[in-house]
Amino acid sequence: MSALADLGIVFGRVAFAMLFVVNTAALLGWVERKQSAIMQDRIGANRASILGFRVLGLFHPIADAIKMLTKEDFRPARADRVLFALAPFVSVFFGLVAFASIPFGDTLRVAGREVPLQAVTLNVGVLYVFAMLSLGVYGVMMAGWSSANNYALLGGQRAAALMISAEIAIGASIMGVVMVYGSLDLMDIVRGQGALLFGWIPAWGIVTQPLAFVLFVTAGIAATKRIPFDTPEGESEIIGYFVEYSGMKFGMFLMADLVETTVIAGLTTSLFLGGWQVPYLVAEGFRFPWGAALALPHLLVVLLQVGAFVTKVSAMIFFMMLVRWTLPRFRYDQAMRLGWLGLFPLSILNIVLTGLLLLLWGARA
Amino acid sequence: MSTWVAFFVLAALAVGSALGLVLRRNPIHGALFLVVNLGSVAGLYLMLGAEFLAAAQVIVYAGAIMVLFVFAIMVLIPGKEETGPDPRRAVRLLAPPLGALLCLLLAFVVARGTGAPAGAAPPAPATLGALGRLLFTRYLFPFELTSVLLLAAMVGVLLLARKRGS
Repeated sequence: MSALADLGIVFGRVAFAMLFVVNTAALLGWVERKQSAIMQDRIGANRASILGFRVLGLFHPIADAIKMLTKEDFRPARADRVLFALAPFVSVFFGLVAFASIPFGDTLRVAGREVPLQAVTLNVGVLYVFAMLSLGVYGVMMAGWSSANNYALLGGQRAAALMISAEIAIGASIMGVVMVYGSLDLMDIVRGQGALLFGWIPAWGIVTQPLAFVLFVTAGIAATKRIPFDTPEGESEIIGYFVEYSGMKFGMFLMADLVETTVIAGLTTSLFLGGWQVPYLVAEGFRFPWGAALALPHLLVVLLQVGAFVTKVSAMIFFMMLVRWTLPRFRYDQAMRLGWLGLFPLSILNIVLTGLLLLLWGARA
Repeated sequence: MSTWVAFFVLAALAVGSALGLVLRRNPIHGALFLVVNLGSVAGLYLMLGAEFLAAAQVIVYAGAIMVLFVFAIMVLIPGKEETGPDPRRAVRLLAPPLGALLCLLLAFVVARGTGAPAGAAPPAPATLGALGRLLFTRYLFPFELTSVLLLAAMVGVLLLARKRGS
């Protein structure tokens, strides 16, 4: 019986992370259209209706999925069969598994068990997410190469170059955070952000590592290959790596981008925005810096924490979409220059500065 | 039991992808097989409890170096298949006996002792902190030598790229 319960708990942890990413990604297709419509003073997607109900166009993701599933699945005659079919799956797969070590809550105590609210507990969680994100580019490169289309190949090459330049900056800017909180485990990093600076400022990553935050978010948006870093796609010039794809395979590339957006938002939340931390909320309830305290039951605390995580991820995604509909596309060479001559040296500077400050801080304390 | 299943799946993947790398004539397929191979070996590292090594293997080799390889192959080889006579026939003929020799050596080592080799290094450090401390104290010299080697390679690349440009 207890073995069965353990299995159920593991299943639940994985299912929550998985369903969270998949459903967020599906919703994002709608959010993206609606947000751009509001920003551009249009009405936006509102036509899909079920029995006359439109609900702000919320049925559009379902309509899109049905449309894509029923379209012709076309493959160019000279395409590489296996790689052409494999590419969209590789893209989505690495985006989905990347979310596994991002914690969405503190330890939950149920029936004498301690359940860490995280699909997989890993010592090297940060590196794991980073590794999975860096593998995602293979899907795009395989698509570009196997399509036997020069525009697709160009898109695949651009994606590879962009990913490498963005990922170096991501890796280097994470290092500052790792140095401050002294762990590669995302759960430990989030716990570390629960401390208070000067007794009242939550020690979130954005406070302790402001430069790294800016660099990470910039490089993160580049890694999702979205505007203003959508040179691999560039729908007004080369159309991009998925030019030969149709139906649901095309839809999977679209979904992979949205999944990656969710993962980057989740990682930003965990590293810089305190993850599931609610300011002044500790395991027993609220404890305010002015001395007041409010005891809360364990379940409510956990619910608040999961809610805080979801809210922060949503806010981060909202911000990334705001950027998407605000800035024009960088030219390919501009994106490269920003990555290699802007983000990368600055993130190295951030590591040096963080090391210096940590040394001085340690010497004083 | 489940450990054995996982081991055999990973081992089969590693051997199969290595064979694919050698046997496929298409360079892109070969490179992608190598990525699968690196990934499955990383899985084996993970099973041995070397989480950091596994992550580093995936990030550095599969995620960075191989991406550059595939990128270079895409740029340099426009056709789908390498055709024409093999320019390095002699090397190809030398490969089987050398490979057989390596297999023999490995079989010899495995047959001699099943455990760790005599005079082996202390068991792998369990935590990342211990690993870092070892790297910066006991193994500082080889560590710094490696960084000099990487620096030399970087300077060399810059020199080569500049010559072609001007």
